[in-house]
Amino acid sequence: MSSPKKITLRINGVNETLEAPAHRTLLEALRDLGHVEVKCGCEKGDCGACAVSIDGVAVDSCLTLAWMVEGREITTVSGLGDIENPHPLQKSFSDLGAIQCGYCTPGMIMASKSVIDRNPNPTDDDIRVGLSGNLCRCTGYTKIFEAVQDAASVMRGEGDKQ
Amino acid sequence: MSQQNISADAQPNVKYNQVGKSLTRTDAPGKAAGRTPYAGDYVMPGMLHMRVVRADIASAKLTRLDVTKARALPGVVCILTADDVAGREAATDIPGQTGQKRMDTDQQILVHERVKYYGEPIALIAAESRDVANAALELVEFDLEPIPGVYDPEEAMKPGSPIVQGIDNIVAEHKIRKGDPEKALAEADLVIENTFHTPFQEHAFLEPEVGLAWTDENEVVNIRVSTQVIEHFRAIADAIGVPHNKVRIRGALVGGGFGGKEDVTVEIYLALMAKATGRPVRLEYTREDSFVGHGKRHPFKLTYKTGVTRDGRITGMDVYILADSGAYVFLSPYVLLYGAVAAPGPYKVENLNVYAQAVATNNMFTSAFRGFGGMQACAAYEQQMDEVAKALDMDPIEFRRRNYLKTGEAISTGFVPPSAIWTEECVDKAWAALGEPTVSSDHIKIGQGIAAYQQSYGRLTFLHDTSECWVGVEMDGTVIVRSGVTDIGAGQISALGQIAVEVLGVTLENVVIYNSDSAVTPLAGTTTATRALYMTGNAAKMAAEAVRERLSERAAREFDVQVDQIHMAFNVVSVIDNPDKSMAFVDLVKICASEGIHRSELSMFRAPFSDYLNPETGQGQAHPDYVYGAQAIEVAVDTDTGEVEVLKSIAAHDIGQCINKAAVEGQIEGGTQNGQGYALSEEMLYEEGKLVTPSFSEYLMPTSMDMPKVQTILLESRSGLGPFGSKGIGEPALTPVAPAIANAVANAIGVRIFELPITPERIIKALKEKQAAN
Repeated sequence: MSSPKKITLRINGVNETLEAPAHRTLLEALRDLGHVEVKCGCEKGDCGACAVSIDGVAVDSCLTLAWMVEGREITTVSGLGDIENPHPLQKSFSDLGAIQCGYCTPGMIMASKSVIDRNPNPTDDDIRVGLSGNLCRCTGYTKIFEAVQDAASVMRGEGDKQ
Repeated sequence: MSQQNISADAQPNVKYNQVGKSLTRTDAPGKAAGRTPYAGDYVMPGMLHMRVVRADIASAKLTRLDVTKARALPGVVCILTADDVAGREAATDIPGQTGQKRMDTDQQILVHERVKYYGEPIALIAAESRDVANAALELVEFDLEPIPGVYDPEEAMKPGSPIVQGIDNIVAEHKIRKGDPEKALAEADLVIENTFHTPFQEHAFLEPEVGLAWTDENEVVNIRVSTQVIEHFRAIADAIGVPHNKVRIRGALVGGGFGGKEDVTVEIYLALMAKATGRPVRLEYTREDSFVGHGKRHPFKLTYKTGVTRDGRITGMDVYILADSGAYVFLSPYVLLYGAVAAPGPYKVENLNVYAQAVATNNMFTSAFRGFGGMQACAAYEQQMDEVAKALDMDPIEFRRRNYLKTGEAISTGFVPPSAIWTEECVDKAWAALGEPTVSSDHIKIGQGIAAYQQSYGRLTFLHDTSECWVGVEMDGTVIVRSGVTDIGAGQISALGQIAVEVLGVTLENVVIYNSDSAVTPLAGTTTATRALYMTGNAAKMAAEAVRERLSERAAREFDVQVDQIHMAFNVVSVIDNPDKSMAFVDLVKICASEGIHRSELSMFRAPFSDYLNPETGQGQAHPDYVYGAQAIEVAVDTDTGEVEVLKSIAAHDIGQCINKAAVEGQIEGGTQNGQGYALSEEMLYEEGKLVTPSFSEYLMPTSMDMPKVQTILLESRSGLGPFGSKGIGEPALTPVAPAIANAVANAIGVRIFELPITPERIIKALKEKQAAN
């Protein structure tokens, strides 16, 4: 076990510091800092529940060591919006029934954002591929696909299709 | 409304203001924003971190356990072994409020001497940090001396087999008999016999088992835990030796359950450690802990003999079911009973013999899983229906049509379901929506399949199920609902809100729902058995109606009209025949408050109570009522690789009445995914009881790449026993999926694979055998 050292992470636009050994994963570090919106599902990179954005790209925080992302921009689902002012993805997921137990949702929304950031007008296949690292056991993905398309159209300025 | 007058072409319900709409669920915005705390998100000052030491052999004797080195590790606070829980056992019998249990179903809390399954807990560690707890796990020393085990239920029944439970490993038996099945089969024009195998299945909820426990100022052990059943507080209290009012379960919104959080999971370990250390303790299972730590779906072997006339009428049926209960009993007797009752499916079978046995082995114990035995039966009876139709050279749907159970007719137990039976309507609509098959090409073979089902909603009626809910109106016109019901992701609590605001004539944003606390919310029973909406929904409706009645009486006096003239909708109270007479809901509430009119109500809903079924004939009432529907599937099978792609997946269910339409569709879409995994890819491989696929990279559930967009057809007979004529959809959504896929695959490649999952390896093998036979 390595000795702890001070790590500074930039999370949702704010610098936060923790003492952690070199093997501390970003998932553990974020949760230890109170960012419990980042969920732990498998700690092996199989399920995507812990996905966060690092410099705009969705990654599994359980496969990322905390010290390796010092100085990078880390965004969690709570960094996208809140209940009063939700991000279009948060609103579409909510309103279209794409959330059931909700445990995969924080990672699923971050992966969805990555898909739309890469291609503002994604095809259904783009969405399938983009979300293939994020497991959901409740929804069968049908309403998630619809929510991502709906949010993408809102983000393109085409208004709410609901 | 009489059953016979219900038309499947009835228009969607238009008389409700809130019910039946796809409203945004009350829990959704918080979850989308990452603001919803799950059980694992709570921490307390001075909290300790736990790990569980597990056996790595399935059948063994514990000959040495030495925790000295682990205890000596700095930061380790407490290690509990069997010596610390001497004389204590944990109940595994049916959860809930009956206060009774069967004999011989208790389980050792920690291994005392005999290990019966791989992963059985041996010791509990509590440490100041996760890192220390993980390090201590490696320092606990133990020796296991292998004992011959048994891993196949048929072997387990043979004389001389190792004994895992009881005197002969048989942990449950059920019989259902009506008519003269032997005579009917002897006289049938044709008897078709087939044996089907269904596999273990893992629930694979995304949130692993987790909880936080502490002892409060009243010496009450509080447990914040992810569970479907807060009423385990009684069994937990019994297990740790304190009165029932000294354990309090505070649930949280649950990150998926599917039956896997129906039994006690981490609660007793947490309670023991909180008592032993006097400090808050947290235990979160790793994914591997979760794979080996909770019961699986029972594998069934089902042998069907179906007697038919040449013109396609079923004259008799004989069914033998063998279930693997694994190392402990848990809910096996009840799962088996569901399978036995469901055995003939949604068909009229006058001459029926069902014999079902559940047998203990040293495999992982098996217990509740969405579908609960009924879906295993469906996996067999719907494949058998296609095989019989094939033998008769008859269209599979036409064969079913000649045998459907109709509204008002008795099921296997002689019980007549009180609601509509719309199997035929659902089959026809699903099949029509499937359309003409895609054209096959060289090595891509297209197939279509159908499956119908019957699945209960509500618990076994001999359990005498009840549920409570409290509804109150605040002085500003907002509404509070309190109920112990757990929300495992299906929108259980939001539905209660939707029901309450429909009755009270307000809107959903004006309601807050408090749930899932065994000490302060009225006990509502389990979120299992497709019962939450039926039971707690009715309790919520009763409570809201009592409040509405008192408010309406006061409004009638205000407007000087009869009570039945009062209309309440969208936060306005008005007179039906004279809409100019109206007031804001909040103003009526203020009048009631100032006059001391009671603005809240606690109601209890009771399901129909029955005696146990006749033990020899299985005749009587088993469940309150049943759901009927169908799944239609189109697949493409690559005969070079054996891979199956599901091209179309269409579900048609009579759900009685939607409460939240999007939530109902969501249940069906998710159930379809679960059933698709069960049919094609989810495989738990055990080697002498050891699970060799304990991760999501080895246990393959359908991903976004595998799932088609599911098409849902909702039929509303409004004939159910739930609020507003609803039935239930949690389990039914899953039940017909696997056999519909199996039938589609058989249709595509011209050969049936009698064992699920239908993996590429099994398809290639079957194709080779077919080729060799030709």
